[in-house]
Amino acid sequence: MAAKQELQVQQKREIETKEEATLPTRTYVPTTDIFETQDALNVVLEMPGVEKTNIDVTVQEGILNVEGRLDFSKYKSLQPLYTEYNVGHYARSFRLSSKIDESKIAAELRDGVLTLTLPKVEEAKPRTIQVR
Amino acid sequence: MITGFADPFDVVLNLQRALEARLASGWLQDSTTSLGPFPPINVFQQGEDILAIIELPGIEKSDLQIQAQENTIRISGRKSVDFPEGVSVHRRERVAGEFDRTLSLPVHIDAAGIKAEYRDGILALFLPRSESDKPRTIAIK
Repeated sequence: MAAKQELQVQQKREIETKEEATLPTRTYVPTTDIFETQDALNVVLEMPGVEKTNIDVTVQEGILNVEGRLDFSKYKSLQPLYTEYNVGHYARSFRLSSKIDESKIAAELRDGVLTLTLPKVEEAKPRTIQVR
Repeated sequence: MITGFADPFDVVLNLQRALEARLASGWLQDSTTSLGPFPPINVFQQGEDILAIIELPGIEKSDLQIQAQENTIRISGRKSVDFPEGVSVHRRERVAGEFDRTLSLPVHIDAAGIKAEYRDGILALFLPRSESDKPRTIAIK
């Protein structure tokens, strides 16, 4: 029998910015999968603990910005005994390589996983050229 | 004449200092935080009871099993990351696979009173301390 592949924990990567934040909270980089289909670019980000209303997605000058804010109030009354991970907000931005129709961006949050569908504009879609 | 270079010994000493600082910062040292099996668990105390918060984004509830026995909790399941067919993957960071973790607690748990809640990719386990395990105050007559 082949050995099952055990899942290893992924270290949370803290965001590195030149500017300092006004709030002394940590911000982490969400782990992301990106894949491209014929008509859209799909971005899947893991942001556990972030609620639907606390997510901001913007596309400006070819830069996709995703921000997820965590509600710390749930942790206030708790006394930690043993901790393995730290909590904080999530932020990440990507430079988009293809033209995106900003008005048609769709976002879906399910079980802490944010799925963004960024449809390409018509002229950016691949065309098949018939050879005669 | 070369004026741009400082004392070459300074360069060597600075390197030595940088290496020592690296060692002192906890890098290359044993630590339990963030280095462990998946999924990462945070354990909190809530009054007399225990609350375990586990970061598990993107799991189907049917793929998750929780077992409790005396003072141990076992969390097992599988996480899958699927891509539709015929796409080109640009970036792949999310992990997928099977996991199985057992958490031992210093107190006995009332197995019937355990509540599990999975929301927004966070699994919260409410673990009430069993009545027989609670300290009793003895009145002196």
